[in-house]
Amino acid sequence: EDKLLTEPLSHPDFFSVRELFTLEDLFNARVHLGHKKGCRHRFMEPYIYGCRLDQDIIDLDQTVQHLQLALNFTAHVAYRGGIILFVSRKRQFCHLVESTARACGEYAHTRYWQGGLLTNAHIQFGPGVRLPDLLVFLSTLNNVFEPHVAIRDAAKMNIPTVGVVDTNCNPCLITYPVPGNDDSPAAVELYCRLFRMTIIRAKDKRRQSEAVEELR
Amino acid sequence: TFRQICTTTAVQRKNVGASGPEKYTEAFIKKQIEEFNLGKRHLANMMGEDPETFTQEDIDRAIAYLFPSGLFDEQARPMMKHPNEIFPEQRKIQWGEDGRPFHFLFYTGKQSYYSLMHETYEKLLNVQKHQDQLIAQDLPLQKEKRNLAGNRWLTKIELEEMLLEKVSDDDYSRFIQLLQKLVALPCANIEEKYIQKFSKEVPVQLQKVVIEPLQYDERGVAFSTGEGKRKTARATVVVYDNGTGKTTVNGIDILHYFPVLQDREQLLFPFQFLGRIGKHDMVCTVSGGGRSAQAGAIRLASAKALRSFVTEKEVEFMRQAGLLTVDPRVKERKKPGQEGPRRKFTWKKR
Repeated sequence: EDKLLTEPLSHPDFFSVRELFTLEDLFNARVHLGHKKGCRHRFMEPYIYGCRLDQDIIDLDQTVQHLQLALNFTAHVAYRGGIILFVSRKRQFCHLVESTARACGEYAHTRYWQGGLLTNAHIQFGPGVRLPDLLVFLSTLNNVFEPHVAIRDAAKMNIPTVGVVDTNCNPCLITYPVPGNDDSPAAVELYCRLFRMTIIRAKDKRRQSEAVEELR
Repeated sequence: TFRQICTTTAVQRKNVGASGPEKYTEAFIKKQIEEFNLGKRHLANMMGEDPETFTQEDIDRAIAYLFPSGLFDEQARPMMKHPNEIFPEQRKIQWGEDGRPFHFLFYTGKQSYYSLMHETYEKLLNVQKHQDQLIAQDLPLQKEKRNLAGNRWLTKIELEEMLLEKVSDDDYSRFIQLLQKLVALPCANIEEKYIQKFSKEVPVQLQKVVIEPLQYDERGVAFSTGEGKRKTARATVVVYDNGTGKTTVNGIDILHYFPVLQDREQLLFPFQFLGRIGKHDMVCTVSGGGRSAQAGAIRLASAKALRSFVTEKEVEFMRQAGLLTVDPRVKERKKPGQEGPRRKFTWKKR
């Protein structure tokens, strides 16, 4: 039991997350495209490669590193049987995100966020609820272009967050920010595919390791 | 019961906020059902009846006998019902032993409603994909029009019953808009089954009033009955054919029963309208009300009885003339602070 949990932590990339994507995949999915110069958030300046014709271009080298860390972390959380909640307030991708979550066997919340969901959970859902162990944001802004309330609530409840931050987002409170485009369908489909593959891989590995342990 | 002395501060808190609805585990409900069945058998033995064939009505009677209560409110009296009726559905806890919720949209709060929206949107996307395929193959889009007239969407209350959770007005209107959008697409016939789950047929035919056929008494004379009311008066009338226009009310001739001309005119009106003044005999019984109300009641009853003697067109004419409509006017109640239903007390400046 203990060995099952400690063994993955010794490897730097136990779930071989690096093989899932390359820089070229990100470029083809238009992940490097940011918003216009006027929408730029001050804290996103380190992640921006440059600005062409007023449009910000995100540094894909940094994106690759951040995405690898984020996927590795989600894989570890899924391996340990944690609850992963996909959050996105983009109406275009609501259906896609919900289907991804359902395919992984995890949970999604792409609708109006009621205030006390995380902070007042015991009263809203009932005593003995288990809160999510990881929040994955496919888009950190809500419909009014303000930071999603869930980022702040997760920070309050000590829940780690993984988030795709665009050039107009605030990456401050997110534990594993991934600078990248959150508006193009190609980019969001790529992220959904990557998260789905990591989670399924991690769960399969867990089942295999448990089967191997039982055989002993 | 013992009063706990050594408690944590959390338990001793006085101003606790309102807690949400209680959730019951499945094991708890199962235990309640077992206890109920056991109690049912005990009760049957107590009453001296067979435990196997002890129905819910027997239980209610037994409880009413053993625990007589003078309370007026039925819900406040002692009752013994199956736990499924007492504990409302969908309050059972929705996560497994390891804490993981069963439904993938559990953390939204309104899981059934949002999963419904998700499914409906998926059907919409399916229809659009099918449409695109047909256009790509240059095939004509299906033009079978659904019968739009006789269907209505589910009401909000019906939707709440279907989903077993509260639905707000905005949510309901959004759902109906999505359904309408789905139906408006030309290839919506593919998802016909899914749409039928949320539409109900409206009975197009208005409640047709059945006109009773003529009955024949021993002498072979055709007759028919009618009932009418006006204010507090209730009247039953038997109209005979091949008559001379003789009318009897409560065994008394109308000239003596209704000395006022106005009342007798009211009685004559249906016959005068149809042009059958001297052709029918009438035997009426009337009770309640005053003289004008009784006259109106008999008029309505005789008009209803005459429907059997007359063609459908003339029935329609009678209806339009107002002969077949019950007069809804009754005495209005007196309100406190006023002298009558409308009259206020005299206003004095000082």
